Amino acid sequence: MNIDPEKSEVREETVDADSARWMSRRSYLTLLAGFAGSVAGWKWLKSTSKTDNTPWPLREAFQFNEKVSNAVYSPERLSPTFPESRIDPPRQNGIIGLQTAFDPVTWRLRVSGLRDGAPAEFSLAEIKAMPRTEVVTELRCIEGWSLVVKWAGVAMKDLVKLHPHREDAGFLGATTPDGEYYVGLDLPVALHPQTLLCYEMNDEPLSYPHGAPLRLAVPGAYGIKHLKRMGSMAFAAERPPDYWAERGYDYYSAQ
Amino acid sequence: MASEREKPDSKTVTLRHKHPLAIRWFHWLNFPLLTVMIWSGLLIYWANDVYHIGIGTWTWFEFFPDAFYKKLGVPQRLAEGMALHFAFMWLFAINGLAYVLYLSISGQWRCLLPKKKSWGEAWAVFLHDLYLRKTALPQGKYNAAQRISYTAVILMAGGSVLTGLAIYKPVQAGWLTALLGGYQTARFLHFWLTIGFCAFFIIHILQVIRAGYNAFRAVITGWEIAPQAKEKPEETLSDNAGNP
Repeated sequence: MNIDPEKSEVREETVDADSARWMSRRSYLTLLAGFAGSVAGWKWLKSTSKTDNTPWPLREAFQFNEKVSNAVYSPERLSPTFPESRIDPPRQNGIIGLQTAFDPVTWRLRVSGLRDGAPAEFSLAEIKAMPRTEVVTELRCIEGWSLVVKWAGVAMKDLVKLHPHREDAGFLGATTPDGEYYVGLDLPVALHPQTLLCYEMNDEPLSYPHGAPLRLAVPGAYGIKHLKRMGSMAFAAERPPDYWAERGYDYYSAQ
Repeated sequence: MASEREKPDSKTVTLRHKHPLAIRWFHWLNFPLLTVMIWSGLLIYWANDVYHIGIGTWTWFEFFPDAFYKKLGVPQRLAEGMALHFAFMWLFAINGLAYVLYLSISGQWRCLLPKKKSWGEAWAVFLHDLYLRKTALPQGKYNAAQRISYTAVILMAGGSVLTGLAIYKPVQAGWLTALLGGYQTARFLHFWLTIGFCAFFIIHILQVIRAGYNAFRAVITGWEIAPQAKEKPEETLSDNAGNP
């Protein structure tokens, strides 16, 4: 090839030194203004009023990301599954909502927001009588670690087949019996085929530190949504409160 | 560096256009954006700081010592880190994508991508930079080592976006996470790419200092002052003459 593309890029011009100096100064001033603007923008961001402990522009960004995520969301995409030989020793990472005394004998799961109107109550035996689903998948914590866990329980989508939710439901909220810990899930995430009302972990009945008698397993979302010791849940048209979202985290938190 | 002084008896200088306006904007926008991404990434990483350099349980260097975190005020800011990271990721990615698009459409990629001979030449540049070789190779806008490292840093940025997406959406983008070796492997790569950016930054700054003011100014103004014609070595005009 005879034509060197680079050489055609070389443009030269001769100007007087003063105007070169002036052009140079103008460029530096632009850069300086850019940096001043960046610093001012950063300070402004830090000073904005907070929505749920996050500066509102960043909360808006979370919500924008949620819209994008929802637009491309497919319940058919599953959290990767693993052979049972890959199961890791479990790790306990949260005790909020587990510190109040409660009676496992009289425990019932209370479900509201059903199509019938009246809330329903289920004993653990009644829940175990529903179709069982098992999944060996990753539990991914918002902190960065992940573990392979085997969950067993009732798929939320199966429970909903037996007990349909109200038609205008867009969310599912769940809380511990003492109301100390609570999560909200977008309905598509709650009804993801791998979302379980879980009563068995790694082939053993759920232990108390891991949320006995019943907990949420939401492989399509971060660990913060895997509420332990579930007391009640409600299908809702409006967003239910969420413990960690109130403390500055993304409400959606679906992966 | 070539003399940038105008001749004492002359009031004119010859400007050689070097960096187009668009590239200068992409470059200087990327600087604060990447800074915010690395900073917020550090706030996130603190929550589960598992990486170190060493063999097995023996650690030569841990990422990062507590004193480092304390000095920077990193601890207990995971939520803030995530909020920043997942907002600024868009700006970082858009600016990077615009840069790549501009390179491909404008033809500027020709100045940037390594050529066949760049791989061999980079070694000579390396030796010259370490003062182990006296003469510098003739070069166009970028020398061989620059071509390789500036191209590498684009690939690294692409890698950061992809590994980032893989750990941000490991279910919905599960195919990508699987392609990258799984969740923890993608996280590992995401971390080391960031360390790579930091290493690039340090070397970049040192090289800018060495290259001198004329080259630095060119990234701000777009032009450098050409050496006076009579001093101009033949090579700078006919560089790449042997290029097929």
